[in-house]
Amino acid sequence: MTSADGYVLIALCLLPLGVALSLFLVPTRVRSITIFLTGTSSLVMMALSFYVFFKYAFHGEQFQGVLAWTWMQNVGLLGEKGIQFKVGVDGIGASLVLLTGVVVVPATWVTWKIQDRMKDYFILLYLVTAGVYGAFVILDLFFWFLFYEMALMPMYLLIGVWGSTRKEYGAMKLMMMLLAGSIFIFTVIFAVFSHVGAGTFDMVVLLDAHKDPGFQKVFFPLLVIGCGTLGAMFPFHSWSPDGHAAAPTSVSMLHAGVLMKVGAFGVVRLGYQMMPEGGAYWSPALIVLGAGAGLYGAISALRQTDMKLLMGFSSVSHMGYVFLGLGTFNAIGWSGAVLQMTAHGWMTALFFLLIGGMYDQSHNRDIPNFSGMAKQMPIWSIFFIFASMASLGLPGLSGFIAELHIFIGTFRSYPVVGGLAVLTAAITTTYLIRVLAQAFFGEMNPRWSHLKEITWMERAGAVVLALAMLTLGMWPSPWIERIAPSIINIPGITL
Amino acid sequence: MTDFLGNHLNLNVGLLLPEIILAVGSVLVVFLDMFWEKAGRGSAPLVTFLTLIAAGVASASDIDAVDDFARMVSIDNFTTFFRFMFIGVGIMLVIGGWEYVDKHVNHPAEFYALLLLSTVGAIFMASARDLLIAYLGIEVLSFSLYIAVSLGKNDNRAGEAGLKYVLLGGVASAMLLYGLSLLYGVAGSTQYGDIAGALQGDLTGLHMPLILGLTLIVSGLGFKVSAVPFHMWAPDAYEGAPMPVTAYLSATSKGATLALFLRWFGGPLLPAIGDWQWMMAVIATLTMVFGNLIALQQHNVKRLLAYSSIAQGGFMLMAVTTVSDISASALLVHLGGYVITNLALFLAIIQFYNRTGKEEITDFAGLSRTNPYLAVVITAGLFSLAGMPLLAGFFTKFILFQAVVQGGFLWLVVVAVVGSTVSLFYYLQVIRQMYIYEPVGDASRWTISGSGYIATGVLLAAIVFVGIQGAPLYTVADRAAFALFDGAPVAAAAGHAAPAAPAAAPKAGGH
Repeated sequence: MTSADGYVLIALCLLPLGVALSLFLVPTRVRSITIFLTGTSSLVMMALSFYVFFKYAFHGEQFQGVLAWTWMQNVGLLGEKGIQFKVGVDGIGASLVLLTGVVVVPATWVTWKIQDRMKDYFILLYLVTAGVYGAFVILDLFFWFLFYEMALMPMYLLIGVWGSTRKEYGAMKLMMMLLAGSIFIFTVIFAVFSHVGAGTFDMVVLLDAHKDPGFQKVFFPLLVIGCGTLGAMFPFHSWSPDGHAAAPTSVSMLHAGVLMKVGAFGVVRLGYQMMPEGGAYWSPALIVLGAGAGLYGAISALRQTDMKLLMGFSSVSHMGYVFLGLGTFNAIGWSGAVLQMTAHGWMTALFFLLIGGMYDQSHNRDIPNFSGMAKQMPIWSIFFIFASMASLGLPGLSGFIAELHIFIGTFRSYPVVGGLAVLTAAITTTYLIRVLAQAFFGEMNPRWSHLKEITWMERAGAVVLALAMLTLGMWPSPWIERIAPSIINIPGITL
Repeated sequence: MTDFLGNHLNLNVGLLLPEIILAVGSVLVVFLDMFWEKAGRGSAPLVTFLTLIAAGVASASDIDAVDDFARMVSIDNFTTFFRFMFIGVGIMLVIGGWEYVDKHVNHPAEFYALLLLSTVGAIFMASARDLLIAYLGIEVLSFSLYIAVSLGKNDNRAGEAGLKYVLLGGVASAMLLYGLSLLYGVAGSTQYGDIAGALQGDLTGLHMPLILGLTLIVSGLGFKVSAVPFHMWAPDAYEGAPMPVTAYLSATSKGATLALFLRWFGGPLLPAIGDWQWMMAVIATLTMVFGNLIALQQHNVKRLLAYSSIAQGGFMLMAVTTVSDISASALLVHLGGYVITNLALFLAIIQFYNRTGKEEITDFAGLSRTNPYLAVVITAGLFSLAGMPLLAGFFTKFILFQAVVQGGFLWLVVVAVVGSTVSLFYYLQVIRQMYIYEPVGDASRWTISGSGYIATGVLLAAIVFVGIQGAPLYTVADRAAFALFDGAPVAAAAGHAAPAAPAAAPKAGGH
């Protein structure tokens, strides 16, 4: 990637923002304009995301496509570099950009179903999208935090207005917990700026600058708590099941699929890359939390009857793998963690898409109420089974390759925990098979004979996600090639 | 000309032209109302508007001036910054509030006269370089507001608000005056420059009166800026006052007091920083904590905003705690953003009240259906106060908090960020009503007046502009703060403030 490709990165941040703003001008009644605008722009975003991913040259510099505009300098507490609008990706960022690009398109398609104030919904949804892209590609702490908060801000209204089960409670809980998390991130950003004392928020400068080991040890855990809250890290996860259960379909897809990865990405970028010594010191804690989250999420999921709550706890469990992988602090565990971010993102987006497609007709998500759905909605069922297989780590699908890396990494560093992690995978299989057995097979419940197959847009979205999962599972080397150099660059990581 | 001590006095009256214009305009408004009945209802706001514009134009000639009037008033960028701010507040209030004043205020002309007169007082608080002038400025502002608060028509709360405000305000003024006289006793002068010199010298045996004086001064000013535990008057005054006056209280009155804080604690009192810094830190903490917690329980939108602006005052007092050129410029940035945001909110609520006559939070139910524009303005204002991105509050808070961390008070910022998160909870209560709930009763669309659109539109644009391009505001604030700190005291401030927390560097590098 040359620095001219930085314009693509900028386009990724600004395009959704521009669409959101221009939607203000579109008359609410004319749905076709909104559909046209969002449809084309989401496809453009996906195309640009592919471009970024494949243009990222894994033999080159760590940060590529770097472009910077000075936003503010030499005033008050700011020095020469001050605050810059600076973009650039490393291999980890590039793979997460691709994750986002693939999720946004189906999320847009399924949103066209919404009848009530669809335009307003898209304004908020695209603000989230812009925020997520920004968090992956921005290389300036000020703007990173700006985009991070921008991804959270619309959540309250998205869930509160368009949500379902206990939507106000879920929305408020999610919002307050995530913002409580950002207190920690805020604090770390201020402390790092002050500690380095270079008068700049430029991440590249701050990554390279010397920071006391003592400082790193104090502030690394704060950052993990802050970003871990967004990443639904146990024990800061409790917003996640309630929030996801309440959220409308595309918000769940985007939130569980992408936004939670921003939290994990924050641990990587602001945590390990910026404070490697603090990271090395606290890695065992991440191992404990990650493995604990895996087990806790899986066991909790065993007892859930609401499909979305089940997926919420399943997400906690799968994000636990991510933190487990990061905690191993060796290269293979890390590539597993980054792969898992992508794998889980697509898998969980597919789940939420399917559950939403069914819920819109049945207004019921209670697993015991269903049975024999494979007869009534075969296509829906095929996709659901496909996603379940990916989730429980069937070889050839995305989950397997990621979890394999994480398990190998864990066995290398902490064999006992590795055993626990494999046990978690077994429990995952149990709760997913239970759902499949109960809801999809057996006698068909005549109560649901009115249900129709999911819409064509939903099928198309599911195909996109399923293809992406299949590709990652069958041919993971494009990802690993891009991720590996960025991981090796982290000081102190075991190879 | 020289005074009897032989000091050269600059008596160039032109330096005070903006204040003179405002004072003359104030008198003109009253006379117009008294003697010329044909002038009609529109004349008072029109004359006020023109006066403010004229004063603004006159202020423009003093940009980058470094001068003083008779050793009593400094004319520098700091003064100019606040002149523009206060005049701007006046202009927005006239445009956005005239309808309300016309309908809901006894004696509209008096309201406008008091608006102009109090602006004069506020400017003198920011520009004084002598304790007596500063005190006169405070009293001009306060007395105008004592009357203005109780101008509400057919509202029993107005009388209560006015009485409470005047009684407690009187006590606070007395405390402040006593504190100032003790300070005079210690320093032997009322001139800022001389006080700073005296406090740097030998203070043997004078420490006790100095501490007492500082305590009284901090308490008195704490009352004016409605800092906890001196905030009791604020919610009642905010609730009982006519809404434009409430907006004025939260903008100009607060801004002028903070200007005074900066002038005093960044100037004459800076050498005694060891004696007052802890007081300020304690007050800032209390203000942030209690302001935000009590706001959680409010049902009336004016009371809610009263507590929210108390809490915002706490944020700004943090910057006074770590006073230096860096934190002063950050405070001015935040003050600028806060004034714009608060005005936008209040003007939007005034438009809402003009139409509905209601001011409970639950009355906002379904506003996104009945008037989506106002709902957007109020949402943007509340999100900006909470510090959400793309809006002014995000940028200004970020800079403010970073400056305080830079000054060595990381723990204070942690309190602030927690408070800021709590504040989002009560702001969301209003937003929830507007967007999640359906309108009660009549659900048809309604519109607001043209002037309402102009005032709220300009301020909404300003909120977004500062949020995405804050550099102009920061540059201006930095120049204003520079005027305050040119010379030696800066180094002293940074040296004093630094050692508190291990995480903080004394001063930003890279300059």
